[in-house]
Amino acid sequence: MKIAMLLSRVRVEEKLLLDAFARRGVDVERIDDREVVFELGKPALMCDVVLERAINHSRALSALRIFNDWGVRTVNTFQVAAVCGNKLETSTALVRHGVRTPRTLVAFTPESALEAIDRLGYPVVLKPTIGSWGRLISLVSDRYAAEAILEHKEILGSFHHSIFYIQEYVPKPDRDIRTFVVGDETIAAIYRHSGHWITNTARGGSASNCPVTAEIDEISRAAANAVGGGVLAVDLVEGPAGLQVIEVNYTMEFRNSIETTGVDIPGRIVDYTLAEAERAAA
Amino acid sequence: MSNTSTATATCPECEGNVPVADVEKGEIVQCPDCGAELEVRATDPVALQLAPEEEEDWGE
Repeated sequence: MKIAMLLSRVRVEEKLLLDAFARRGVDVERIDDREVVFELGKPALMCDVVLERAINHSRALSALRIFNDWGVRTVNTFQVAAVCGNKLETSTALVRHGVRTPRTLVAFTPESALEAIDRLGYPVVLKPTIGSWGRLISLVSDRYAAEAILEHKEILGSFHHSIFYIQEYVPKPDRDIRTFVVGDETIAAIYRHSGHWITNTARGGSASNCPVTAEIDEISRAAANAVGGGVLAVDLVEGPAGLQVIEVNYTMEFRNSIETTGVDIPGRIVDYTLAEAERAAA
Repeated sequence: MSNTSTATATCPECEGNVPVADVEKGEIVQCPDCGAELEVRATDPVALQLAPEEEEDWGE
């Protein structure tokens, strides 16, 4: 069985995954995304599965497209990365599959965006469709703030900031929930606590264990299924109307969640990857 | 993959000694003297360079 891992920067997560492969006696070919050169139509990788762990979304997406076209199985697939890497794609997939998610409006000009924000009612959340770690996400409390942010986006933003993704703000306790779905199972969940409305642990939020209730399990698996399935982290908020899905991540970080949950998350990812390799070889 | 033979390497920023036992290629280490974030570009022998700045499409 041959396994490859696409990566550049080796975070704690990648070290833990490499260790988990090593403990299972599996040698991993490392593909550095800064050094690799692909020739389209000329498969140049002999392996059963590639575990994608690149830190750059655009590199991950392009490489997965090429691997999948070569007939190489990947965790996750190009389709999953394409959906999860773009918040508009994620939201449309969730809505298409009937998964509960906050009300979301999309507009293409600052003027129509302002109208959409007024229609949704304050406060609203403005998000870039591509981005991570809570970067450039704005909680817009009133019309003056909306006008200022829209003007800044128009003048200073790159072209992908011209798709205005406007979401209802869900009043939530000082926490949200991140769940980890591997294949058909919600293997673990954490609460992410923060006094700030952005609760990403990459932004200083703290983690504690969250029991995987039947409701959490159901919505997490539904969200994972909606984006195409695989190894996914699902972000949930507990609103007045119950749990809602905010986003789904396809190259998840989990360093703060292993001790917190007592679940060997890297081990579970590696076992899933090896099972995929067996399915590919069969 | 990992390297345990070299205990320290030289920081390219301040020339301080950076502990590099058991590091992986691509891993980020911090210089204890100047605090610079350094990337391990090779492990045999260990070569360090300043880590790249965060880019807009980095993340999960």
